[in-house]
Amino acid sequence: MQTDELIDLLAADAVPVARFTLARRLALGAIVGSIVVLLLVLGWLGLRSDLATAVGGAFFWIKAAYTVALGAAGFWAVERLGRPGVSATRAAGFGAAVLLLFILAAFAQGLSLSRPAQLIALEGVSWTVCTRNIVILAGPVLAITLAILRHLAPTRPTVAGFAAGAFSGGLAATLYGLHCPEAMFVFVALWYTLGVAVSGAVGAVLGRWVLRW
Amino acid sequence: MDELESTLKPLMLDGLNGDAKAHARLLKLLSERLRAYFGRRLSASPEDVEDLVQETLLAVHLRRATYDRAQPFTAWAHAIARYKLIDHWRRRKIRATAPLDDVADFLASETVDVDAGLDLTRVLSTLPARQRTLVEDVKVQGLSLSEAGVRGGLSEGAAKVALHRSLKLLAERLRHADR
Repeated sequence: MQTDELIDLLAADAVPVARFTLARRLALGAIVGSIVVLLLVLGWLGLRSDLATAVGGAFFWIKAAYTVALGAAGFWAVERLGRPGVSATRAAGFGAAVLLLFILAAFAQGLSLSRPAQLIALEGVSWTVCTRNIVILAGPVLAITLAILRHLAPTRPTVAGFAAGAFSGGLAATLYGLHCPEAMFVFVALWYTLGVAVSGAVGAVLGRWVLRW
Repeated sequence: MDELESTLKPLMLDGLNGDAKAHARLLKLLSERLRAYFGRRLSASPEDVEDLVQETLLAVHLRRATYDRAQPFTAWAHAIARYKLIDHWRRRKIRATAPLDDVADFLASETVDVDAGLDLTRVLSTLPARQRTLVEDVKVQGLSLSEAGVRGGLSEGAAKVALHRSLKLLAERLRHADR
């Protein structure tokens, strides 16, 4: 086939493209993913028993805001990295700022505690399962996001995969907050952050293989 | 460079609004650029140039939703061409069973068919019959999409969907075609 014939074919397929196609596709995937994660939290882990009183306190929302912000940075980066020739510096900067802010708050809290209290705060009641649970919950969202991303045009598969993982991890961690009763900055700064980071790493590794087009 | 940008970007924007003529013009101008771009980088295997041009045109078309209207068009198109070139090299290395300095290759390269892009015809023949007929009616017979659809017993909407699917399949097959 001649290239000119191919061009005629492609022109015959020139349907209008809506402006926010990428964000809409990713948001749709995020909604479906959230439902799956929510069902997992309800069916597998269960809600924290003190949820009704916890939502009245500040830290429940601070924790949620932190993980939502991390996920948002990931979402923003995915939307950028799905486009050839576009960088995600601002999204990465936003994510780094959120991370730094929360870690500073955790340090401030940690320094105000006595030695034994520091250890207790770090371990909480669930340090052995927290990171693992977040990574497992992130799985379905990551699968959906990578499937969408594959049909975009990521030219940096590893970085794009990491962004997809961070987004999935942030979303999963937020919903995990409905189960997890931990209420210390130091705990969340370590184990939640680690959960998001490991999800990001899984995304980066998968991205290398999956995001080819 | 700026002149190229100011020519191509409006065509891209019109194409995104559904202007088929602008889209065809854009792809035509882009194909010339791509031919030069790949030609300079594939001087050792000029027979691959047209394949890569076609593969890149398909990618540009099928993934045009990833173009940010605030972005320079040439930066976007260049990033795709570059990605396709690297992908091509990567795949070549993976199945580097044929030595690059093979004598037969060397001799054959003297008689390279300048009328390249034959792979696409072969790939096209692997499409399901219905899609192939539709594609060939539009391509060879020069029928409009709705006319070709009528011939194949498809509504215009169904013909549109079928064509889009065929192009996706074509891109997929072309990329995995054994070359």
